[in-house]
Amino acid sequence: MNEEFEPKIIGVLCNWCSYMASDLAGTSRSHYPPNIRVVRVMCSGRIEPQLILWAFQQGADGVLVGGCNPGDCHYQEGNYKALRRVTLLKAMLPQFGIEPERLRLEWICASCAEEMRKTVFDFTNTLRRLGPLKVVIPQIIPLSGKAVMEYAQT
Amino acid sequence: MPKPKVAFYWCASCGGCEEAVVDLADAILGVVDAVDIVFWPVAMDFKREDVEALKDGELAAAFVNGAIRTTEQEEMAHLLRRKSQALIAFGSCSHTGGIPGLANLYTREDILKRVYIENPSIVNPNHILPQEKSVETEGTLRLPAFKDDVRTLSQTVDVDYYLPGCPPPVNLIVNAVTALVEGKLPPKGSVLAPDVALCSECPRNATKPEKLTLKDVKRPHEVIIDGERCLLAQGVICLGPATRSGCGAACLNANMPCTGCMGSTSGSKDYGAKALSAMASLLDSNDAEEIKEMVGKIVDPAGTFYRYSLPASFLHRRVGHPG
Repeated sequence: MNEEFEPKIIGVLCNWCSYMASDLAGTSRSHYPPNIRVVRVMCSGRIEPQLILWAFQQGADGVLVGGCNPGDCHYQEGNYKALRRVTLLKAMLPQFGIEPERLRLEWICASCAEEMRKTVFDFTNTLRRLGPLKVVIPQIIPLSGKAVMEYAQT
Repeated sequence: MPKPKVAFYWCASCGGCEEAVVDLADAILGVVDAVDIVFWPVAMDFKREDVEALKDGELAAAFVNGAIRTTEQEEMAHLLRRKSQALIAFGSCSHTGGIPGLANLYTREDILKRVYIENPSIVNPNHILPQEKSVETEGTLRLPAFKDDVRTLSQTVDVDYYLPGCPPPVNLIVNAVTALVEGKLPPKGSVLAPDVALCSECPRNATKPEKLTLKDVKRPHEVIIDGERCLLAQGVICLGPATRSGCGAACLNANMPCTGCMGSTSGSKDYGAKALSAMASLLDSNDAEEIKEMVGKIVDPAGTFYRYSLPASFLHRRVGHPG
């Protein structure tokens, strides 16, 4: 869409699998786009929809949630909770005009550095195509009574 | 000692909050004894000029209900802010945006077109839309501007306290007025309601199963609701776990699910996201396809989870619109 546009991605990765994969990708010197900023959490089940929406509000163009493969969660079923939350959140995002592709859930195992590399490449390309996400939040505008009156009467 | 002066005002609201004040019934006599109501457009004949004539800070408190959509509402919010020591956001619309706040899923142009042109009950062949200024032979007529989005009171002016609810429960109003008269108000920014989830005061709490799961999502009209059992255990979306208590579980007592008018407890910053999270984690499946199917039964997730709080949410409105 825009050649110049470099999307910002927040990657919220679980300590035991996805974060390990990104760490391994780093130590193996495999290259992937610097667009992703990684936040390590103990479990993908800890990632609340609030955190994801806050990331969008604060300027993220995409959010990658990374967890362990089904059945592999260090805490038994945290990744299933993440799956349910992300599925419902993705169903709601279009109502806010946000493409569901901007939120991506991936199960990436601790030794899957190559998969992590490919995911970040692919996600960056998807977001380049979608373009920037602009969330505008209201600010209190201090207006004196007089100024407001003039505004209403112009 | 002169009685403290208070004002009531309404912005984008349905009038239910005014009704809540009337619902004080006998208690209102105590309120009238304790305070001097100097402005209350719905019930008393005072004008805006009367408020303008007050000294700054002369009002002990102003209770403002309704969201902010027009420039007139914005002006009144600023005026009442200036004239009062405590500005209290009264009710869901003022607190978090309320039902009128759902309009933030549409543009201003969408709304005007729908209401004045496309609406099946409208006859408007010349497609006339409301104008802020129209010149007639008798003179120039003016209307307040219809702003681009709906905002909460605290997104418009500095707010001291919040009385949540649609409308705020009578006992919370009485507590707030009593605290005001006795000068025992909590720290600025407080929500004048208990800070625990609704389930804690729900009469059905005892029937909640040890491991609560949503097996099949049903809407209230699709099922005959058992009047005793936890609604979530019956597959009906009830937002009690994510919602602040203080209403005495009024909807549950009327055999209807909680829809979240009291907003969240102080533990969360975005009510809808928290409610969505609570409901999603209850879905009883680990299978991606099955979860998708269950999620599909939640018709209108934004309207379900942000019914009263869209403008106060992290996203505030549908994105891609000039703000």
